[in-house]
Amino acid sequence: MLELVIFSSLNGVLYGMLLFMLASGLTLIFSMMGVLNFAHASFYMLGAYFGFEISRRIGFWPGFVVAPLLVGAVGALVERYGLRQVHRHGHVAELLFTFGLAFVIEELVQMFWGKLPVDYRVPASLDFTAFTLFQTTYPAYRMFMLLVAVGMFVFLLAILTRTRVGLIIQAALTHPNTVAMLGHDVPRIFMMVFGVGSALAGLAGVIAGPALVTQPSMAALLGPILFVVVVVGGLGSLPGAFVASLLIGLIQTFAVAINLSLSDIFGSGGAAIFGDLWQATVAQLAPVIPYLLLVLILIFRPTGLMGTRET
Amino acid sequence: MGEPMLQVRDLHAYYGKSHILQGVTFDVGEGEIVSLLGRNGVGRSTTIKAIMGDVPPSGSIRFKGREIVGLKPHQVARLGLGYVPENRDIFPGLTVRQNLLLGQKSTRHKGRWSVEDLFEVFPRLKERADTPGGVLSGGEQQMLTICRTLMGDPDLIMIDEPTEGLSPMMVELVGKLLAEIAERGVSILLVEQKLTIALRISHRLYVMGHGHIVFEGTPAALNADAAVRKEWLEV
Ligand SMILES: Nc1ncnc2c1ncn2[C@@H]1O[C@H](COP(=O)(O)OP(=O)(O)O)[C@@H](O)[C@H]1O
Ligand SMILES: [Mg+2]
Repeated sequence: MLELVIFSSLNGVLYGMLLFMLASGLTLIFSMMGVLNFAHASFYMLGAYFGFEISRRIGFWPGFVVAPLLVGAVGALVERYGLRQVHRHGHVAELLFTFGLAFVIEELVQMFWGKLPVDYRVPASLDFTAFTLFQTTYPAYRMFMLLVAVGMFVFLLAILTRTRVGLIIQAALTHPNTVAMLGHDVPRIFMMVFGVGSALAGLAGVIAGPALVTQPSMAALLGPILFVVVVVGGLGSLPGAFVASLLIGLIQTFAVAINLSLSDIFGSGGAAIFGDLWQATVAQLAPVIPYLLLVLILIFRPTGLMGTRET
Repeated sequence: MGEPMLQVRDLHAYYGKSHILQGVTFDVGEGEIVSLLGRNGVGRSTTIKAIMGDVPPSGSIRFKGREIVGLKPHQVARLGLGYVPENRDIFPGLTVRQNLLLGQKSTRHKGRWSVEDLFEVFPRLKERADTPGGVLSGGEQQMLTICRTLMGDPDLIMIDEPTEGLSPMMVELVGKLLAEIAERGVSILLVEQKLTIALRISHRLYVMGHGHIVFEGTPAALNADAAVRKEWLEV
């Protein structure tokens, strides 16, 4: 039991931090555009594929550095030559644009790399056991992922709260006009934010690729969970996105580890109403839990845990 | 004598279909304090916004010898034109010091003003350096907006109704700050509704009525012209 708690907590925090690497960028981008970027998880997928391609030619580490930069550049170009033009036609057009972009990226990935998963592997230098607890081993690569995710978090926090650029970004999100009058190029700042947000998503893809499966559906699999995170946390709230990322990460990880059914927990009384569902294990119900949370949050706390605006 | 620092010629601007500025012409010379007066709604704020490029202007606006019609607001600001909006749009969540730092256009360029200089002129701001801007009083916020723009080291600063709604003591302080600004060689375009400090500190004044200039002259001339004051300024 203790073993389950320790490993699930570790994995939950890891999953949560990965989610936050995407949710933080998505939140910043939402704050400036006013709409959710449906293609955000696609940048995560691009990161994994770019990382794979570079790692098979030169090695994992060059890919680890270059792939996020490439994804960041793609993101900045998408903002500059796509979204900025579409922006004039309003929020619905922007939303549809990002929606279409997600499909374009998925199709392109399939064209270049095929429909099947690619063989993106953990580098040999990190392919060992970090520690063993109660006869269960924990891979070093997972510790590495955790380290990168936490490092990114500290870096982002420091940039946003401790530097002048961070101040300008914060101010530009809420008062773009005033910031422009002070001589700052707000469209350029927004392009940068979009680029950095995409690069962060790309980095998450690079490190998650070898641990999970690098395949064309990986964006579509993660995207919905990401929206749950930003809505539960409160649209536009970075601290909210952080809390919600960890919450969803932990809930998901613990849920799949629990092999009890509802009848085991609450007794067999509910079987009359819920039928077979009552016999399903929590692990089997795990996929639906985040969406259930989403629905409940929207009903009882539409601003999310820490958000200020209505969704 | 060369061209004045700011030269506005036949400026027109629209909000949708309404023709707000209908040929506004005026100058601000180097080191000059010029006031633009007029009743509410005559188009004074629109004039400054058009100069900044925030409202699309047509006509000619030359600043330091360069045509600036068609430039974006941040480009105009970077040429050395400072703007203090009338709504005192501070960043409420950021501290006083952070608000000031945001006014800097770059950290390399050392301008006429440092945070310490401004704190010296306004000890009140120094005391509140680490409080969020949102909790300051109206007068303090006004000072902060002016100081924030000064941090960008403008050669000409355009200030929209800085004394509006302030106590007489605060109005005095604003007057003192404007004198200090002029002393450092910064030109001022002051937009006001009432004559209060404008008459005292301006070198020249313009009076605006419905979208164009109806009077131009010295404080003494305006003082002597009861007809203009009655028709265009007094309520
Ligand atoms: N954003 C706007 N949209 C439409 N009309 C506006 C807007 N801002 C100002 N106006 C109109 O333009 C005219 C001039 O306004 P303004 O320049 O603010 O005058 P002033 O600053 O002299 O009081 C007014 O009639 C006002 O109603
Ligand atoms: Mg006005």
